[in-house]
Amino acid sequence: MFDDLRDLYQELILDHGRKPRNFRRLDDATNHARGDNPMCGDRMELQLKLSGDVVEDLGFQGRGCAISMASASLMTETVKGKTTAQAHALSDRFRALAMTGTCPDCGADLADEMERLQPLAGVHEFPSRVKCATLAWHTLNAALEGSKEASSE
Amino acid sequence: MSFDVRAVREDFPVLATTVRGKPLVFLDSGASAQKPRQVIGAMTRCMESAYANVHRGAYYLSETATEAYEASRRAVQGFLNAAMPEEIVFTANSTMAINLVAHCYGRGVMKPGQAVLATEMEHHANLVPWHMLRDATGIELRFVRVTDAGELDMDDLAAKLADGKVGLVAVTHMSNVLGTVTPAERIAKMAHEAGAKVLFDGSQAAVHRKVDVQALDADFYVFTGHKLYGPTGIGVLYAKHALLEKMPPFLGGGDMIASVSLAGSTWAAPPARFEAGTPAIVEAIGLHAAIDYVTAIGMPAIEAHERALVEHAMRRLSEVEGLSVLGSAQDRGGVFSFSLDNAHAHDLSTLLDRAGIAVRAGRHCAEPLHARFGLEGGTCRASFGLYTTPEEIDFLAAALVKAREFFA
Ligand SMILES: Cc1ncc(COP(=O)(O)O)c(C=O)c1O
Repeated sequence: MFDDLRDLYQELILDHGRKPRNFRRLDDATNHARGDNPMCGDRMELQLKLSGDVVEDLGFQGRGCAISMASASLMTETVKGKTTAQAHALSDRFRALAMTGTCPDCGADLADEMERLQPLAGVHEFPSRVKCATLAWHTLNAALEGSKEASSE
Repeated sequence: MSFDVRAVREDFPVLATTVRGKPLVFLDSGASAQKPRQVIGAMTRCMESAYANVHRGAYYLSETATEAYEASRRAVQGFLNAAMPEEIVFTANSTMAINLVAHCYGRGVMKPGQAVLATEMEHHANLVPWHMLRDATGIELRFVRVTDAGELDMDDLAAKLADGKVGLVAVTHMSNVLGTVTPAERIAKMAHEAGAKVLFDGSQAAVHRKVDVQALDADFYVFTGHKLYGPTGIGVLYAKHALLEKMPPFLGGGDMIASVSLAGSTWAAPPARFEAGTPAIVEAIGLHAAIDYVTAIGMPAIEAHERALVEHAMRRLSEVEGLSVLGSAQDRGGVFSFSLDNAHAHDLSTLLDRAGIAVRAGRHCAEPLHARFGLEGGTCRASFGLYTTPEEIDFLAAALVKAREFFA
């Protein structure tokens, strides 16, 4: 009945949704932000540890659907160790990917990272679910900028 | 007229459509119902041959439109068994009707030191206007607790009325999340004994049950056209005439005045006082057609059909492993909110959509109620209309079993 939904719910997404990575509090966070999707009740707290302009560590907590939890989990894995400029670039590209299914601006740099995020590209076919995938990245932007609230509304 | 769901379905063109190649199984009538040809036709005919502004022109078309608009008011009067048509105020929807009461009765008539008593199971439309009233006037806001079964805690209701400060009880007649039908007659009696007026949010109830505002002794009763198989953009406030007469206007403008000079204006009598500006004329005519439609089938027949669906759904949903249904009220209508033990509401609704099933996911404009049950992440909701069939419920149950396997 639901076989064609395996594109959206790939094993990797289900796995990250069930067992999100970096799902923890950071004791030594320098930045944090809260993300809310008021429509569906998804909510996350994201903490970063910045060292100079490098995102040394990330942790998140919260609740949400499989897509939003998996996206947050993959986001933390992908951004860890990147510079803030790279983190912003990934965020822009990911949002393009989630909304259109492709990423025309994805050049050679960060190609491996975008490859890791590719399983989430399927959401672009589900307009009401795009926000689930982008919430973590909105929250990342807010945390990088030092602001405290993000919304994917 | 006996109830034949096959014949009823023929009246709703959308029910013959497919979604991603699958027959549409529309289980979101609680959010907004589909429209029968009778409503679509009445609105089209109005715009093709009987349309002009109302209450404003002494020419044939305007008189025709005015008569049709006022005939709709009389139809609503009959539908609710109000004592007179002047007790029916047209609004845009339930939300606007409740805001009107919060403004014109809450600010206009209630006094500081009084309280409004709402409940934990309200739709945001029957919560936020009271927050705004409280914040603007210092009128206190209280809430009746909801039991684990999803019913109003009537002892708590009595306790919160006891000090005589409550000026208005604002309560749903049927929960849009739990399906619970509240004991409206008893609530009205308790409110009146405590010296309070009572407002019922009938957005859900009026679709599923015969409502008699005089038998209920309701002071205010609101419903919304689009859930009653009518168009969007039209809703109804019923209020006892004596109350409407005491209330100042809501919005200012044309049609709601007795006279205007540059120095000031005097208000028209109700209901015109509360209908500033050009109203939703075509929509009022559509609502009239919707009322005629359900009345011809018969509200008792609709209620009986839906009771059978509710029993069927309770049985079928209870057979789905890992599924929990929110609330188990004795008296409930065709609204079921549920969650699966291994899937988030949003993921589940995406799956069901693939099967052609339209359900709503989220908190259904009732965040406090979801918090009350520890379900901040939301639920999925299946809600029935008069066109819903037992086979559709079977299909939902089968899809839920498959969805649980998918996420296993
Ligand atoms: C119980 C209840 N009250 C109020 C409303 C608000 O109706 P509307 O959006 O038409 O104003 C709804 C529906 O959304 C409802 O289910």
